[in-house]
Amino acid sequence: MSTEATTDLEKHSSPGRGGPPPDPSATGHLAGLAGARQAVRRIGFYVFCCLLLAFFALPLLWLACAPFDRTPTITASLPDFTLQNFDTLFDNPYAMRSLGNSLLLAAGTGVLVVVFAALAAYALSRVRLPGRDALLYTLLLLSSIVTGTAAMVPLFNLAFELHLIDSQLGVILVLTGGLLPSAIFILKDFMDGTPRSYEESAQVFGASPLQIVRHVVVPLVRPGLATIAVWSVAQVWGNFLIPFLLLRSPEKSPAAVVMYTFYTEGGQPDLALISTFSLLYSLPVVLMFLLVSSRYGFRFHGGIKR
Amino acid sequence: MADISMAALTKVYPGGVRALDGIDLTIADGEFFALLGPSGCGKTTLLRTLAGLETASSGSVGIGGRDVTALPPGRRDVAMVFQDYALFPHMSVSDNIAYPLRIQKVPGATRREKAAQTAAELGLTDYLDRRPGQLSGGQQQRVALARAMACHPQVFLFDEPLSNLDARMRLEARTFLKRLQRELGVTTVFVTHDQAEALALADRIAVMESGRIRQLGTPAEVFRYPANTFVASFIGSTPMNLLDGQVAGGRIDVAGALLPVPEGLEEGLAEGEKLVYGIRPEYLGLAEGPAEGALRGAVRVVENLGSAQLVTLEGESGFVQAVVDEDRRLTPGEIGHAVPRRDRALLYRDGELLNRAPAESGPAGRPGEGEAA
Repeated sequence: MSTEATTDLEKHSSPGRGGPPPDPSATGHLAGLAGARQAVRRIGFYVFCCLLLAFFALPLLWLACAPFDRTPTITASLPDFTLQNFDTLFDNPYAMRSLGNSLLLAAGTGVLVVVFAALAAYALSRVRLPGRDALLYTLLLLSSIVTGTAAMVPLFNLAFELHLIDSQLGVILVLTGGLLPSAIFILKDFMDGTPRSYEESAQVFGASPLQIVRHVVVPLVRPGLATIAVWSVAQVWGNFLIPFLLLRSPEKSPAAVVMYTFYTEGGQPDLALISTFSLLYSLPVVLMFLLVSSRYGFRFHGGIKR
Repeated sequence: MADISMAALTKVYPGGVRALDGIDLTIADGEFFALLGPSGCGKTTLLRTLAGLETASSGSVGIGGRDVTALPPGRRDVAMVFQDYALFPHMSVSDNIAYPLRIQKVPGATRREKAAQTAAELGLTDYLDRRPGQLSGGQQQRVALARAMACHPQVFLFDEPLSNLDARMRLEARTFLKRLQRELGVTTVFVTHDQAEALALADRIAVMESGRIRQLGTPAEVFRYPANTFVASFIGSTPMNLLDGQVAGGRIDVAGALLPVPEGLEEGLAEGEKLVYGIRPEYLGLAEGPAEGALRGAVRVVENLGSAQLVTLEGESGFVQAVVDEDRRLTPGEIGHAVPRRDRALLYRDGELLNRAPAESGPAGRPGEGEAA
């Protein structure tokens, strides 16, 4: 099927392209051989791509099928269609509330990260500080430790001393601290890329530093801010460790932690509940990506002069 | 409307670069003033110091009789047009023009009305809703001018106002800019590295080199009587011929050619004294044959300038350039005799001009004066 398609395509395309038509008598046989070889190569390539795609698509396929299956297993199969699983999920006292909690944590962290990162990145980009770059790199290096497993115990102790155990604010603050260095690092690049004369121009007209940031800098780096916001929301949405560590009461736990509690009475993972919940859990992030990407498009144009 | 005064203005950057070195300068009310010089001479630093974007290391700046040395840019009542225009790309033309008024907390409706009015003066009415990215270079420049005009400042500062335009646009914009400045009558300081631009636009020019003013004068003065060899070689679309010579029997001996001493300088020249003889290519005529008091040389290069030709002669005094009539037929290798115009010849001793400029060009340097001289 694919062979025909290719040769067909070649037949159509060669005369139309305006180049000199190939001499059919002299090279006809040879060209046929080469064409066949090329077709075989192309088939091979597509088969390889399909296999690769299937490998990565299987989990997604499972996510699409299992929630609607009467008896979900860990294999992807055509579902015995039902919406029963959703009813069960909605009856679970923690499931829907946990999605709300996730939303709260993600939004709170997102806002804090964007605001602080924007201010810090602007300052770092515009004010000459000795050892500025070293500072940035050190922060970047340490940030992966702060929210990582290595700092689990000190983090817990710190939260305990500050009375931030079992507080969503505590989780937001810890996550913000962990995400800020990378966010500042990325945003600083955006800030560096905006010409200074815009700000100086506003300055000559009498704008205050905060006015300059609001009127000029923020609109110019809006794609960068959108990137940071989406990235931090996605990070928090998927974070399990920090809320698991710092939150005690199940009614405050976010979705990632609550999903961990979905077991049947027999101690087996409740696949029906897990798959259905996973579907709901992944939808907001996908929607957010689609929305932001359609509005801003994830363009990185830091160092390029526009 | 205001005059500008600078006293012993010095700017030293961290790292020890002395960008401004004791500048004393007064710019009259309503004057169109050019800061001219090669890159790195401190002209942009001077402009930015006037704007308040750089703080002076020492010395003072006054605008309209008010000491503004320590004031931030927003409170100096100046407007600056940047080299890249710095129009905010996310705002429409109308919002851009109205931006200074937005800072001054003028209500939205008044703001838009004012912007439309200013835009109309500059022929921008059709573009009010566009973004700067959708405009041509010349239109962008006019938007930048409109934005500067909208806040009615006491002083305009232009940083290389024409350098981002293509050659033809530049001529148009030059005429436009001069007319606009005349009409508004606002004191205007602009920076340029292009001597032709400075000569064409300014009422007065300050030629700068390494943080100092090398000459201050009207375009005619600066062109006709460059105070030193630096200014002489910098001003003029074709560089001035600066030839080493010495006084010999009431004449100047330049590599064997005996040239007449410029008018009024016969006194005070010592026999055998070493001087530099300066003559612009435009004031060198090519004689038909061997002539007295002519620089002799072989034609090396002939460049067509349109209505004239620039000829480079190679003689014993080195290379000499002359501008000759477009009809003159010249072949490379041919021997030419360049005769200087005596009333345009200049003499430099130790790099400083000996000729005295006629006294008629007034100190205020208003346009029209001195230009006929």
